Amino acid sequence: MSTLRRYHAAVWDEPVVMELGRPGRRGLLFPEAEPGVRDAVGNGADLVPAAVRRRSRPRLPELSEFEVQRHYLHLSQQTLGMMGVSLFGTCTMKYNPRVNELVTARPWIAELHPGQDDSTLQGVLEILHGFNEILCELSGMRQFVFQPGGGADAAYTHACVTRAYHHDRGELAQRDEIVTTIQAHPCNAATAAAAGFKIVTLPLEPEGYPSVAALEAAVSERTAALMVNNPDDMGIYNPNIKRWVEIVHEAGGLAFYDHANFNGVMGRLRARELGFDACMYMLHKTFGAPKGGGGPAVGAYGCSEELVAFLPRPLVQRDGDRYHLEHEGPQSVGRVREFWGNVPQVVKAYSWARAMGAEGIRQAADLSVLANNYMEQRLLEIRGITKSYPGLTAPRLEMTRYSIETVTNDTGVTVFDVQNRMVDFGVDAFWLSHEPWLVPEPFTPEAGELWSKEDIDYWIDVLGHVIDEAYSNPQLVKTAPHNQAIHKVDSSGADDPDRWATTWRAHVRKQADARELAGSA
Amino acid sequence: MTPTARSAHPYMANSAPALSQELLDAVGVADVEDLFVQIPVEHLTQRALRLPPALPSEVDLARHLKRTLAANVDCEQTLSFLGGGCWQHHVPAICDEIGGRTEFLTPVWGTPSSDVGRNQAWFEFASQLGELLELEFCGLPVYSWGCAAGPAIRMAARMTERREVLVAASVDPERLAVIRTYCEPPEMTSHIDVVLAEIDAATGGLNLAALAQLVSERTAAIYFETPGGLGVIEPACERIVALARAHGAETIVGMDPISLGVLAPPGQFGADVAVGPTQPLGVHMNCGGGVGGFIATRDEERYAREYPTLQVSICPTSVEGEHGFGLTLFEQSSYGSRELGNDWTGNSVYLWAVVNAAYMALLGPAGFAQLGELILQRSHYAARRISELPGVSVRWTDFFKEFVVDFSESGKTVEQVNAGLRAHGIFGGGDLSRSFPQLGQCALYCVTEVHAQEDIDRLVAALAEETR
Repeated sequence: MSTLRRYHAAVWDEPVVMELGRPGRRGLLFPEAEPGVRDAVGNGADLVPAAVRRRSRPRLPELSEFEVQRHYLHLSQQTLGMMGVSLFGTCTMKYNPRVNELVTARPWIAELHPGQDDSTLQGVLEILHGFNEILCELSGMRQFVFQPGGGADAAYTHACVTRAYHHDRGELAQRDEIVTTIQAHPCNAATAAAAGFKIVTLPLEPEGYPSVAALEAAVSERTAALMVNNPDDMGIYNPNIKRWVEIVHEAGGLAFYDHANFNGVMGRLRARELGFDACMYMLHKTFGAPKGGGGPAVGAYGCSEELVAFLPRPLVQRDGDRYHLEHEGPQSVGRVREFWGNVPQVVKAYSWARAMGAEGIRQAADLSVLANNYMEQRLLEIRGITKSYPGLTAPRLEMTRYSIETVTNDTGVTVFDVQNRMVDFGVDAFWLSHEPWLVPEPFTPEAGELWSKEDIDYWIDVLGHVIDEAYSNPQLVKTAPHNQAIHKVDSSGADDPDRWATTWRAHVRKQADARELAGSA
Repeated sequence: MTPTARSAHPYMANSAPALSQELLDAVGVADVEDLFVQIPVEHLTQRALRLPPALPSEVDLARHLKRTLAANVDCEQTLSFLGGGCWQHHVPAICDEIGGRTEFLTPVWGTPSSDVGRNQAWFEFASQLGELLELEFCGLPVYSWGCAAGPAIRMAARMTERREVLVAASVDPERLAVIRTYCEPPEMTSHIDVVLAEIDAATGGLNLAALAQLVSERTAAIYFETPGGLGVIEPACERIVALARAHGAETIVGMDPISLGVLAPPGQFGADVAVGPTQPLGVHMNCGGGVGGFIATRDEERYAREYPTLQVSICPTSVEGEHGFGLTLFEQSSYGSRELGNDWTGNSVYLWAVVNAAYMALLGPAGFAQLGELILQRSHYAARRISELPGVSVRWTDFFKEFVVDFSESGKTVEQVNAGLRAHGIFGGGDLSRSFPQLGQCALYCVTEVHAQEDIDRLVAALAEETR
């Protein structure tokens, strides 16, 4: 049992920036136009047609440079931000090597424009090309594209490629269904629907995954594609996946492997060898690039030879020792986002893969699965914690989903309360489950290869302590957090049009309206 | 474990052989392979990974990266006039410091209380953008300007139950390609027709007479930009809004927020939805990897309930007078409702939102005004000087930071001019001859606060030589 830390967040009572500063202060000055410029063109404001000039100044705060710096540093200090232990499942928390931040912050990446002539981009193109080859080796795919700005965007890319593929075969109007499973990330169903497809979602069966028979019943001449992850977020591997791909292919559809949960199987599974036509890796997750609290991210999308023509452009090509961009392709879906993707993140992922090497990558997979199984043993010793599909005894892969339903039934303490209490000990919130919750009161930790055994033990000890508190003093847990920068947030009004406020100006107006209403009542 | 692993890897705490063994012993397996029994043997790859040699030492890794990247020629070493959706602006040092803070950089989500700082920064992003736009409702950022415009058009299509959008023909081709992706091909039942609305050859703004012919009761939205893909400030924003409204269509305007110290904001001329880029607000170009986008509207339920994004609302806490932040309208997102939600969302560019917030706070109202005026002065100075060159002209005169230079009369192609400029250490404006062939040999030049008069004079001298 670890000694629990006497953690307390920094409390700055930091006002919203809109409340800070004083009229007249400046945080950044711009030069005056040179006399030669001014003489030639006069005042700047006069260069805007009168009808479309701004009439009143924006009501932005006015702060000195230091005040801005201090304010945002306070906000960073009021963010737990993985400064303790974060085992946020489905996201594979990794160390983001600082060397990559330093290298990509230099002008040779930061001050590149994507429209530069290829001759001036040879360094970055070499890295993109090299990383493409690394991902092709890991997946067995023929070509990757880095344009998608996250995993969901890669899923969307697949839906777009699917449209182009069936259009090319003259079957798009007929093939209007995409099959997925209830355990696939919501983005698979949502992006396919936004691309215009109808969604067929397979439920789980007692084995922990949908049956082959269910898939056979779902596919038809209307099937455009299958979009699926494996293993899923419960750490359960569908052993029939090869057969699944065959069934979809026999029906004339494409098979897409959402490799969000690649960390535990790196070096063991190749998507192409399992028959998949396309796959996706999240570079901000599996490949050591930072998550940024929600991007900039990269969903690297890779496909077989047959689909390369349909990929978004541009693609990096090599001629001898020179590299160039192929900007258009006659059958390409065009663009899912402007430019070539979050290039610094690709460089960071390349750097991570080089730092790890083939052995290191395989070792990371081993360690992440080993750490997860170590966690499972200890977690199941805690009162009231159960495992999803407890009858499945085979070791799970890099994460396992658990439930505290028993604790909730016994004490009224929910997973949200436990999250809020664990942060009082410097432990970042755990991941619960994507919608819908198939497991009641779920939580999904993922240890990965980063965290030491001591960190994992500390995390488990904090959870054990909080569960003890749930039984001994449930009110303490339900009113958590107590050691954070602020107290428990009441978001009960967040869906009420009279109370939600996504901007300060809406907040100020609605506060005034509420006061007026209270005054007249 | 991997038998050849000699030393612990710095990124993996349990990689030292004795520590791995400790875990194996605790789990009670002799071999880690015993933990992979769920995977059928015939699924396992039969071929070991063949990757380039590992560089586990930071010394070697840094050397390799630096040697490779040194082959790039960047826009700081040279003088660049490239724009077109990714622009070179000054990035204040504080923006880099804040964007590099590990608490913001490394993690994903926390609880609203444990990560109040990040949530507050996001709220401040939306709040300050809302002041610039004079709009009250703003979502968390999206991937890019195009990834804002496409979903905004889909919002309008859902609201009006119409399936046609009129798009100004001057929209940047890269952005238009993204919009077309979001509007779906004709075979899809929810396809939205993208109809290009021609521009007025004299002003570069929308041709209002032609637009009036196009707009109808089928029109879900008119989408135009100011300044647009050819740099032009649209002079008739209010009339476009009125035209859309008369036909029950929404007006979606694309605007670069860095222009909003001087240009009329969407709230002033009555646009329903505003979209635009966030990269100009303190984010490096990053080879196009700095781009981000925003969607904002009036705070009306009709709009709010169609957002595909996540958004943060200011909220009370359990302590009187304390404020926190929580997600609003989560259920309508794809996280909340899978395929039944409004389109989809996911990881975006939330780190840049924090940087954008710091940038807007640094500038304040006076900063935006001063910056806008400076950009106008320098870009117009550049346009004037360039248009004095024989055989070279500037197409339209009402512009903000980008303008179209026509080399057709010089007898040179843009490609030739730009190749010549590179020898002077200058990146000329983006080549429009392929994307807008009807314009002839034109290029889009971008001039911002980073371009001093001496830089512009140097460009003009080099252009004089290269167009001679």
